[in-house]
Amino acid sequence: MSLIAELLVKSLPLVRGGRVLQRDISFSVSAGEILSIRGPNGVGKTSLLRAIAGLLAIPDDCIIFRLHPNGIAAHPEERRANVGWLGHLDGVKRQLSLRENLQFHYRYNRGSGGVREALAAFGLGHLQELPAQYLSYGQRRRLAFARLLVDARWLWLLDEPMSAIDSTGKECIRRHIQEHCGKGGMVVAAVHEPLGVETASLELE
Amino acid sequence: MSCLALIGRDVRLASRGGGSTLLALAFFAAIVTLVPLGIGPRPGLLHAVAGGIIMLCATLAALLSLDHLFQADFDDGSLELLATGPLSLESLAVSKIVAHWLATGLPLLAISPLAAFAMELPGNGLFALLQSVALATPAVSAMGAIGASLTLAAKRGGLILPLIVLPLLTPVVIFGAGIVRSAMEGMANGAALYLGAYSLAAVLLSPFAVAAGLRTNLSA
Repeated sequence: MSLIAELLVKSLPLVRGGRVLQRDISFSVSAGEILSIRGPNGVGKTSLLRAIAGLLAIPDDCIIFRLHPNGIAAHPEERRANVGWLGHLDGVKRQLSLRENLQFHYRYNRGSGGVREALAAFGLGHLQELPAQYLSYGQRRRLAFARLLVDARWLWLLDEPMSAIDSTGKECIRRHIQEHCGKGGMVVAAVHEPLGVETASLELE
Repeated sequence: MSCLALIGRDVRLASRGGGSTLLALAFFAAIVTLVPLGIGPRPGLLHAVAGGIIMLCATLAALLSLDHLFQADFDDGSLELLATGPLSLESLAVSKIVAHWLATGLPLLAISPLAAFAMELPGNGLFALLQSVALATPAVSAMGAIGASLTLAAKRGGLILPLIVLPLLTPVVIFGAGIVRSAMEGMANGAALYLGAYSLAAVLLSPFAVAAGLRTNLSA
């Protein structure tokens, strides 16, 4: 995966079901930065993340990834290949064990992180052979986050990353977000409560 | 590599408890057992229709699991994760079609001799039957994937799916039964060539249609 130097969003409109949510969103995020997006329900936080991820149709060239050392990714297909996505749905396969779940993403994404280490980092190491259907909701969210560690993407897009996570889990997520950005990654998160580690925030209204 | 990982995962999911492989095989076996009971004991009648019936049953059995092809991944968020990955949606579609064929088409091919035995298909028809199931099932997986990608966002899309897919599979059933008939009557009718061509075209062209369907439903 290419190292992303900067995420540029300029004059992006957000329309859902014929309703205009936002007319003109512009911001940029550089490597190492953590942006939290805040605002009331229904204001377009999730839509904005989906637009960045290439999962929502938007006008051409409103969102551009500047790659390192040169080149850009603007087409939705190119953007999709470069983001680490954590949406509302956890994408956990219930029939597979925790290890099999992560192993699949590791192979599929030609990842770099260790599967065991990622599970251990989120306190799931002792459950690795358990089918994921026996996990609690909070544990599934932890597993979904652990997936980001094996996927090896530079831009993480997190939709409510802290929901249903307990206080040690939240601390763990904060630590990994900071570690990721310390290595030159970037994070854009839609949140209601401040993450506590953000370097910038965007208020939608 | 990514393609293989996805195919491996899908085949594994299909073979686990409640997976589509066992479902397709059980459905196929049940129908093939029921048909002779419905047709009755008149001599000669059963083996005259055996080829066509087995073809139709195999097609329906492969169709049964198609609504899971993308729906399960769509519902639990996996499809978003697959889309935000290294594969283009076209390659994703190809992998899904191959996985579906490996998980249902191939097992159906493997048990169709048993069905031939149950339906008293004459010996000279058996090879033709295997040939026709082998050529037909890839087309079912490919055409079915188009339907599955289109009905993704519809609630209870599984009910509309056969309505979209079955008309596209008419040639498969016609030529598939034709292969068996030609072998039994000893007259060449070229059905194998037509079915092969149809299957090939379906497999080559459907990934583009599937990708378009996925693109629409993912970004809706």
